[in-house]
Amino acid sequence: MLLSPYPTTGERIRITLLWLWCGMVILFLLVPILVPVPLSFNSGAFFIFPLEGISTRWYEVVLGTQRWQAAIGNSLIVAFGTTLIATILGTLTAIALSDEKFPGRRIVMPLLLSPLIVPVVITAVGSYLFYARIGLASTYAGIILAHTALASPFVVVTVGASLTGLDRNLMRAAAISGARPITSFFRVMLPLILPGVLSGAAFAFVTSFDEVVVAQFLASANQRTMPLEMFIGLREKLSPAITAAATLMMALSIVLLVVATVLARRGKQRPRID
Amino acid sequence: MSAFEPTKLDRPRATRDWSAANAGTAKSVAAALRRADLGDRLRSLALAAPLLLLLALSFGIPIVLLLSRAVYDPTIADALPQTSQALVGWNGTGLPDDAAFLALAADLRSNQAKGTAYELAKSLNARLPGARSQVLKTMRQLEAADRPPLEVMKAVPFWSAPGTWPVIESGTHSVTSFYLLSALDLRWNSDGGIERVPPEQAIFLQVFMRTFLVAAAVTLATLILGFPLAYLIASVPKGLAAILIVAVLLPFWTSILVRTAAWTVLLQKFGLVNDLLLWLGVANDRLDLMYSRIGLIIAMTHIQLPFTLLPIYSVMRTIQPSQMKAAYSLGAKPFTAFRRVYLPQVFPGVMAGCLLTFILCLGYYITPALIGGASDQLISNFIASYVNVELNWEMAAALSFILLVFTLALFGIFARILGLDRLKLV
Repeated sequence: MLLSPYPTTGERIRITLLWLWCGMVILFLLVPILVPVPLSFNSGAFFIFPLEGISTRWYEVVLGTQRWQAAIGNSLIVAFGTTLIATILGTLTAIALSDEKFPGRRIVMPLLLSPLIVPVVITAVGSYLFYARIGLASTYAGIILAHTALASPFVVVTVGASLTGLDRNLMRAAAISGARPITSFFRVMLPLILPGVLSGAAFAFVTSFDEVVVAQFLASANQRTMPLEMFIGLREKLSPAITAAATLMMALSIVLLVVATVLARRGKQRPRID
Repeated sequence: MSAFEPTKLDRPRATRDWSAANAGTAKSVAAALRRADLGDRLRSLALAAPLLLLLALSFGIPIVLLLSRAVYDPTIADALPQTSQALVGWNGTGLPDDAAFLALAADLRSNQAKGTAYELAKSLNARLPGARSQVLKTMRQLEAADRPPLEVMKAVPFWSAPGTWPVIESGTHSVTSFYLLSALDLRWNSDGGIERVPPEQAIFLQVFMRTFLVAAAVTLATLILGFPLAYLIASVPKGLAAILIVAVLLPFWTSILVRTAAWTVLLQKFGLVNDLLLWLGVANDRLDLMYSRIGLIIAMTHIQLPFTLLPIYSVMRTIQPSQMKAAYSLGAKPFTAFRRVYLPQVFPGVMAGCLLTFILCLGYYITPALIGGASDQLISNFIASYVNVELNWEMAAALSFILLVFTLALFGIFARILGLDRLKLV
């Protein structure tokens, strides 16, 4: 595609330069996220190549010490809570928005997306101020609520995308066959949009699991999440345990988001009544 | 809109109304359909209501509350009720009469008694640097009570200094523009006009400028790095393109914190970047890249690159290669064809990617906090430090207000010219 059938010298040079430049850009993209992986298996305490030896001692620190275990537990509580609420409410909202009769759709959509655009420090500081007054600061519920605001746009968008591919005649067929709306939702609509819903849930989980700024303002020492523990560790002293934690977090988000993307793609192709 | 679209008949309620109205006139059919329509609207609103309520609770109210702190600060008004009364008739120039001094003395003593002295001192200090120690000192002297209050007040030069009373007077109004003006390095002068604060007190304009400059530099860097790669991915065969796009998505899927952590490892004095620079002979000595502006920009560019690239790529994918061939066959030189045929079509994607990256860069907090030095902190870091370190909520709120105005204005432009659909990234 790039080269014409009879390339001139100028064209060859341009294409070679393009490939060289893009090769460098790809190295720039990939090397930084890959570097912590070998370092996390280093048996020494320094970040210098070549490695002193291979060991899993830093993973034992992250998975074995009480401080990190508590952080992982907190992260899981918050992320599962967020995923549950964001997925249910986000799916309902996406269904409502897919109805062209929904009043004020043009206003609601930008409002729903605004948590992704508003600088997260403003969201965090505002939640801290408000939750301190109503007794939600330093509680799991507070962090989950704030994370739900950040995570639900992803659910609304992915479920919305799978709804645009949904053939409404299927719902009409269910209604004509005598199904009540709730039955036709669970028996017809939900199975069809399930890939989109699961994809949104995976996005919501990762959003919450990776979030650190809101957690920093809302969590007390008892609710420190894994990213927060990493952030504090990075501020104090750079320990190789952080590279192990980073590798684990990276692996988890990549696996979940690969699944989410595959599901989202599949969610768009669906059976139709012709 | 036709009243007899099949879609109106699909719901049980509509069909029921339909059969009931069948015996009546066409008018009642229309009325029944309108009723059914209203029911549909209400039902879809009810489906969306839980999330909208939750967002109001966890996002809307917190932000409104925070922003209100920027303009509403009743601390001084609450602490100085008698002084507020005494200053009602004051014309704002020179010193107020002795009654105001006495009222202030009484207010200071009652604050001392109520235990709110420190709060008042802090609040006055935010508007009038140095006020804290003067307030606390005066309170101690009033407490001693060996002289009449008026004499004590007149003996402390601070209370007769030219700038003091206008600040107290403005503090007795709960709604204030003081913090918003301060966030832009402005203040009211004694003539009732707005002026710039003296250069030694000005900090925020510089921070806003720095934030914009870093955001612009990162946006430009991501465009220069991302545009050719997007072009390549859009031009190569499908299988290769899929591999290349994974190379873009892998870092995109990794959290900002993890990527910032990776860069703190790479940018160390004995880290990989310095190794590479030495090996290439670019630098003769190991550079201090951590806690520097250049380190910050490199890390932010890495994080933002997919945000710029993906919208550009999604537009490039839709452009037919035959158009460029047509341009060549009509005699256009490669550069002319690129400039006049390709670029105008890619432009919306470039705008979307760059605008998105610029907007997101304005709110960066984690990366400057971990990689930037003291002089590379962006506006978000100042907001956080006003909350965490200075405990000055009003100033944090005012800075948030201004940052939010810029962000939403740019978001508005984005939504207006490009449409929200371009926010979809994958």
